[in-house]
Amino acid sequence: MNRPQTLTRAIAFAAAACVAAGANAEPDTDQLVVNEEIEMITEAAAPAHTENLSTVYSGWRFRADETQALQMDDFENPAMIFVEAAAEVWSTADGTKGNSCASCHEDVESLRGVRAVYPKWNEAAGEVRTLEMQINDCRENQMGADKWKYTGGDMTNMTALISSVSRGMPVNVAIDGPAQSMWEQGKELYYTRTGQLELSCANCHEDSYGMMIRADHLSQGQINGFPTYRLKNTKLNSVHARFKGCVRDTRAETFKPGSADFVALELYVASRGNGLSVEGPSVRN
Amino acid sequence: MKIAFLAAAAIALTATGVTAEIVKPQDVAYVDGAVATSLTGTPGNAENGAVIMNKGAGNCIACHEVTALNHLPFHGEIGPMLDGVADRWSEAELRGIVANAKIMFEGSMMPSFYKTSGFTRLGDAYTGKAHPEGEVKPLLTAQEIEDVVAYLMTLKYD
Repeated sequence: MNRPQTLTRAIAFAAAACVAAGANAEPDTDQLVVNEEIEMITEAAAPAHTENLSTVYSGWRFRADETQALQMDDFENPAMIFVEAAAEVWSTADGTKGNSCASCHEDVESLRGVRAVYPKWNEAAGEVRTLEMQINDCRENQMGADKWKYTGGDMTNMTALISSVSRGMPVNVAIDGPAQSMWEQGKELYYTRTGQLELSCANCHEDSYGMMIRADHLSQGQINGFPTYRLKNTKLNSVHARFKGCVRDTRAETFKPGSADFVALELYVASRGNGLSVEGPSVRN
Repeated sequence: MKIAFLAAAAIALTATGVTAEIVKPQDVAYVDGAVATSLTGTPGNAENGAVIMNKGAGNCIACHEVTALNHLPFHGEIGPMLDGVADRWSEAELRGIVANAKIMFEGSMMPSFYKTSGFTRLGDAYTGKAHPEGEVKPLLTAQEIEDVVAYLMTLKYD
């Protein structure tokens, strides 16, 4: 390789890097306030354990104004239909014990703060539990009812209802103590390049957030807004359903929703958003 | 040594009018990330290369911007812009980068388009299911690689 050519290449690369960093690497500067009442933290100093990012941003900040607007008013938010459906279910008895959620928890407001700290270590069960796992534990053991499908409509609606009462509270998932090994497992998966495209979560959501991949503006892949109503499939989407889709899109054999792998990944990814507000149910594209 | 042999073989085959053997993904000889010899012996078709840039398993513009293709919507910006790429790289280097960019650029995000082994949890295309036992097809065929390289060679400033 001769010298002038090398120099030209170096300049071309530097120029490309500048363009990428200057014009596109940042999310927008909009502020999210829901119902003119709930002020959301969509930007926060990255938690110490998220060593490759200095600032974490909600995915809301990467969406177009029209999409953002849908989340700013519950009357506009298409996910709220599902929250209402879950509110009905909340107080409807099911199972052999004749209990509903309300039998033990009374008003759903009593669960304010729960979404913010899940996934969470459950000492009695000796495992890290997602909100979905906890809901199914209640159904089986407190209600004598059948478990819901992990990513099914009933389940995702209920997580939306429970999340909705924590909106505005900072995500604060614990990663130490007994949860640590699961967290490490999730971190390893986050950086594993899977499938024939050999892409990891980090390739897109840590190294390339803010950039366009075809028509998509890449976010940091934060999950503080889950479950999320996607305009793309016009339904409420759970975290594990989204994980599954992402891994599939690397042309990989994906993991099963509810599997230990995805529970670990959820714990890890949730922890990367510690400090951002719980937004679920959010609206994305 | 291998390259010299392959080159000689390619010349010999061309000279005798026999179709050149297609170089299999596992047999591609990279030197500093470049691949000197055509993978097929058949010249690349730049027109078809332009189609692959936009479609199917190629979809190069998902990550790279190309002004000459600006009639197509939504160019990505993850990889470097490809305008003038033929001024910066030789054909052999471009062939090596398209076939397996990770050899020249360690840790590159760019998928390896002519590689069939060494994957983690290889799936059956976009089904989310495991790849069945047996032959793995590369993302692009040898001739498609040549076509894309032929197209890239048209991207010059002068």
